[in-house]
Amino acid sequence: MKINEVILQSVSKIVVFIILTLALYLFFAGHNAPGGGFIGGLVLASSFVLMLLAFDIETVKKGIPVDFKLVAASGALIVLLSGLGATILGEPFLSQSFAYFDLPFYGEVELTTVTIFETGVALAVVGVVVTIILSISEDV
Amino acid sequence: MNNLIVLPMVLPLLTGVFIVFFKSYIQVQRWGTFILLLVNVGISVIILRQIQIDGIISIDFGGWAAPFGILFVADSFAALLVLTTNIVSAICVLYAMPTIGKRRETFYFYPFVNFLVAGVNGSFLTGDIFNLFVTFEVMLLASYALITLGGTRLQLKESLKYIAINVVSSSLFLIAIAYLYGTLGTLNMAHLSMRIAESGQTPLLTVISLLFLIVFSLKSGLLLYQWLPGSYSTPPTAIAALFGALLTKVGIYALFRTFTLLFYHEQQITHTLIAIMAGVTLIGGCIGAIAYNNIRQIVAYNVVIAVGFILVGLAIMNTTAIEGAIYYLVHDMIVKALLFLLAGTMIYLTKSEKLDEMSGLIRNYPSLGWMFFITVLSLTGIPPLSGFIGKVLLGQGAIVAESYILLLLSFMSGFVVLYSLLRIFMSCFWGETIISEEEETPLSKKVIFPSAILVVLTFALGFGAESIAPYVQDAAYTLTNPSVYINAILPD
Repeated sequence: MKINEVILQSVSKIVVFIILTLALYLFFAGHNAPGGGFIGGLVLASSFVLMLLAFDIETVKKGIPVDFKLVAASGALIVLLSGLGATILGEPFLSQSFAYFDLPFYGEVELTTVTIFETGVALAVVGVVVTIILSISEDV
Repeated sequence: MNNLIVLPMVLPLLTGVFIVFFKSYIQVQRWGTFILLLVNVGISVIILRQIQIDGIISIDFGGWAAPFGILFVADSFAALLVLTTNIVSAICVLYAMPTIGKRRETFYFYPFVNFLVAGVNGSFLTGDIFNLFVTFEVMLLASYALITLGGTRLQLKESLKYIAINVVSSSLFLIAIAYLYGTLGTLNMAHLSMRIAESGQTPLLTVISLLFLIVFSLKSGLLLYQWLPGSYSTPPTAIAALFGALLTKVGIYALFRTFTLLFYHEQQITHTLIAIMAGVTLIGGCIGAIAYNNIRQIVAYNVVIAVGFILVGLAIMNTTAIEGAIYYLVHDMIVKALLFLLAGTMIYLTKSEKLDEMSGLIRNYPSLGWMFFITVLSLTGIPPLSGFIGKVLLGQGAIVAESYILLLLSFMSGFVVLYSLLRIFMSCFWGETIISEEEETPLSKKVIFPSAILVVLTFALGFGAESIAPYVQDAAYTLTNPSVYINAILPD
């Protein structure tokens, strides 16, 4: 018997965007408030999992043609390079800095190097979680 | 501040991640890993020399000062082990290239080796006990992947035990750290040492120290070695050699660090217990080494004997004995890798692991036979090979401390090592040649070359014992005088 997935599919199409927005919010709230790359990455990954549940793997792979192992690797690469970047400037490994900039339209914005580090963390988390889910589901 | 000392951990991580992008370019993976390890050897030599000039080097990550931030600390002991680790892993990688098989290579063998090396180096260099847990986990996760890689039936069976025992010991480790933090309110090792010295090692702290003893004993195979022979004898030779040479040594390092820097006040309790455990390990390892007919098992039990032997040095706890233990530790990393590689090569050539199914190999493969013989001599501690100096110093230390039982046990174990390996030598290399020249598997130079380098190294370490003596003496001095370590990290 074929299960009717219309409701799940149409709801997911909207909910995925809500999840993605939440993920972005958590990600940027990161370094001063609860949130950050790890949690943001997990929420981001959960949106992928929802898509995988609602549709099948082939559809999702066609829509997002990336190898998630490489996503994880590039995340880890960004983390390491952002840590090493400080050493090139003669600071201790993993040093971070921040500054305030006056951007047009947004006003005063705090830009930090820790965001680069967190981007790496988020990518690594998404890559790992989705890879795990995919390899388990392919087994069954 | 010196960023140099994060490189032995960060560079392998970077390379490991980088070569993930080159999944199908095996040559890039192979030589990237090999060149990285050579670079790491160079860096560790620089670190080691700099420590002799400037004293202990440390770096606070992100500029957060100790004891609040996390940090890496390099003293001579750590730097010596990092150097040896990188040399041994480079040679194991060289051996893996022709033997490990294309399937494992494309399934991220080299990235995992890189992560393993990163974890091992990180464990040696960290100066924060929670960070020690983290680097242990990095190493263990890589080892879980390596032990199951390929997924043969036997591997899966043994890896299940290996993972289970390590998950249990890691959670105990975490609990022990939580107790320590709850009692003393810090995790920086120098700060911990200072606070324990101030408050005295109360019974509560001694109990916590015993918990650490259990954890690290599980990791290093001190008394609780029952998981070891099985899991070290199933993976392919190159991986088994990496495990045999490196993994237990990290546990041994952690035992040395915690019981010389932190918990050295109640030696009647803790060090007596270590002495008993080391003694029983020696006996158990000896029984195992004699009992089996399977080459891999005999070799794996030899790892256990070495663990007992090295920890005799910690149990005796005087400068001479610790110097001996450090010499022996470095020697053992090199020679155990050699032993695993040679045993693996024998199995690869004869396609059998049983002693009684091999005979007269010396006629087929003379170079292999002679190398095996040198390894046997080196492990037994015949001068001028590298095992000698460590044994002499350890013996001297034991006599000074009047611990004659440990002395007897550790030297008797030398005879058993000799017997167990000569048994392999006599039954496999002597006797009637059963493989005719047409049938013999050709022994390629690529396979035997890594072992040859290790043979040269064991000679070099034996003859050049004098040249590394200053480093070993400095390492032993730092271990026996915790104030040196504390003053380097917390100057006031």
